[in-house]
Amino acid sequence: MHRVLGDRRAIAILLGPALVVYSLIMLVPMVWSLGYSFTKGNSIDGFTGNGVADFSRLLDDPAVRHALWFTLKYAVVVTAGQVVAGYLLALLYVFFLKRASALVRTLVFFPVVLPTVAVGLLFQKFFQVAPQTGPVNSLLNAVGIDSIDFFGSSSSAFWVLVVMDIWRSMGFYAVLLFAGLVDIPEEVLESARLDGATGLRLVRHIVLPLSLPVLMSSLIFSINGTLKAFDSIVALTNGGPGNDTTPLTLYMFQTSFTYGDYGYGSTIAVLLTVVCLLVSLVVFRVSRRDLTEG
Amino acid sequence: MSLRTFRARRTRLGLFTAGAASMALLATACGGSGSGTAAAPKNFSYLSVTENTTVKTALTSLSEGSCKSANDALPLKVETVPQASLDQKLQLLAGQGALPVQFAAGNAPALTQKLAKSGKIADLEAKLKELGVDDQLEPAAVSTIKALYGGKLEVLPYEYNIEGVFYNKKIFEANGLKVPGTWDELVASAAKLQAKGIQPFSASGQQGWPLTRLLSGYLYRSLGPDALKDVADGKAKLTDPQYVKAATEIAALGKKGYFGKGVGSIDYDTAMNQFLTGKAAMLYMGSWALANISDAKQDKIGADNVGFMPFPAVSGGKGSIDQYPSNVGLGITLSAKSFDKNTGAWVSCIAKNYGSKALKDHGSISGFKVNTPVSDANEVTTQVRDTISASKQNVLWFEALFGTKATTISQTNAAGLVSGSVSPEQFMQTVQDALSAQ
Repeated sequence: MHRVLGDRRAIAILLGPALVVYSLIMLVPMVWSLGYSFTKGNSIDGFTGNGVADFSRLLDDPAVRHALWFTLKYAVVVTAGQVVAGYLLALLYVFFLKRASALVRTLVFFPVVLPTVAVGLLFQKFFQVAPQTGPVNSLLNAVGIDSIDFFGSSSSAFWVLVVMDIWRSMGFYAVLLFAGLVDIPEEVLESARLDGATGLRLVRHIVLPLSLPVLMSSLIFSINGTLKAFDSIVALTNGGPGNDTTPLTLYMFQTSFTYGDYGYGSTIAVLLTVVCLLVSLVVFRVSRRDLTEG
Repeated sequence: MSLRTFRARRTRLGLFTAGAASMALLATACGGSGSGTAAAPKNFSYLSVTENTTVKTALTSLSEGSCKSANDALPLKVETVPQASLDQKLQLLAGQGALPVQFAAGNAPALTQKLAKSGKIADLEAKLKELGVDDQLEPAAVSTIKALYGGKLEVLPYEYNIEGVFYNKKIFEANGLKVPGTWDELVASAAKLQAKGIQPFSASGQQGWPLTRLLSGYLYRSLGPDALKDVADGKAKLTDPQYVKAATEIAALGKKGYFGKGVGSIDYDTAMNQFLTGKAAMLYMGSWALANISDAKQDKIGADNVGFMPFPAVSGGKGSIDQYPSNVGLGITLSAKSFDKNTGAWVSCIAKNYGSKALKDHGSISGFKVNTPVSDANEVTTQVRDTISASKQNVLWFEALFGTKATTISQTNAAGLVSGSVSPEQFMQTVQDALSAQ
């Protein structure tokens, strides 16, 4: 066995096909897109070299700054919400509902399988003010508060977006973290209980450290997903009001496909890739250190 | 992995990436000149937008009637996309050299001009002359198209619209209101209606353009018919005080609540519905709305109760109220590549028959001659048709001379302008920035 795996040819034969497929469908498009970021033009006019003009434009563009800020803000808030809500749900499944949690798990998981656009429309109706008053505004009216135009101001639109995305995906993280919690040996918990650790102390000192690896992977999952959020935002606010809820992804899409500026669109895509890479590296580093020390 | 090997690998990875990037650059530099060869089309494919049902229905009924022989040679095939994604779709199709035979040519004339410049669009003026049907187009429609498309006939006038304010006669009478002749009278009437609990205007903030049309209406009345051409030519800026004044006036309407609640979430159909069910007293819209007004199923207030008035004058302004904003709807054009004898047969049949067909079946006014006399469905249609034939000078709309980016930015920020989340100065600045960036 060792001889086979030590042989370079064997490695090439075993890894080769996968590497070729990976290169073709992942690396080539990425590099291709990077190539476009040094050009100007679109598929109608054709492309001409543009040097690094797009990159200097990127630095000066207030819309990019706004979109980047929104993307980061959204990623941090939604990730925190998703993972915390998912973790609390998982704790609920394991320690309170115990074996009877199947029904609740299914119900909470249900929004995950719904199409994002459907969820977007649902929340639009839920929070709408006109032409009909949505349930949320009806509730506000019932307690004597005037209707709020949730999608009319950037801060309220942002929070509706956050609530929607957390509601939509917390079931997924709950199941993921549930799997991690179930893995904790019952004996460890039992001995901790005998030592007097109950409730929050048990969670803080035993459950949390032991479920840290799966917590970290949820974090990476979530942060990468939210940095690239597109469909839910398009479905709910379409980047509005104005461009207040436009993340980098949507700005890139608009620049390339609506405004017909493929070169600059690719440059924004490169920026997004770099941001994703940096954030993943940071999360990875942090998680590695914690594991060895904890 | 030790730090050193990690670094070495990183360097290697960096080199690899740089190498691959330069290769990709070469590849892109070579690509991008996708000009296809002419191939006879198999059918008269027509790419339209979901929102417009008139053109495709009228063409379908022509294919079964007057244009049957053209249809036998080249069968009509209609495809639709939502209007909001039309521009994306066209740019992709054009890039692949796969434009349909006939298609809606983009939301802004700028895109059509771009397509024309790269030779993707048939030279319609020459083609129509060749076919001997160039006299089938209304001169007013042709001059509107030329004003929009840099002096060239780049689209066919499947629609010919003028714009103004439709109002509910019953509501006006019940509240003792006269048709306002000036902006101040319009605002006073709106205030009176609002005080009585009637929503003065319905408008779609989701689409945005029904709001920016008010802005251009005010600009044309106060600064004259060249107001926006000056901006396009760089002689004036939207941030100039007299331009910001227009935005301030429109924003004030919103501030007083004249558009009702949540204008940003009102879409086109809802706005239309609000007016046609009597929930709002006025609707700024183009004459294409006559199709909805003539439809008894949609129009609950009755076509007899709808009146049409021009955008009112601004006191001391340079414009006059008989200058109507006019347009030819969503420009529909033909691909240069697939324009052959069979396509020509379709085009000449459309030129001869479309005008009367659309008017008779849909109450919709086009820029093609009405060769078979049609009696109007109602008074307001007659009023609009008379206005069109009497109108001496046309003006354009707010975004008519803008590029795609400025158009989108203007329309997506319009709701914010009337809901107060964007100040008039900010709004004009944002749009001007997008214009300058083109």
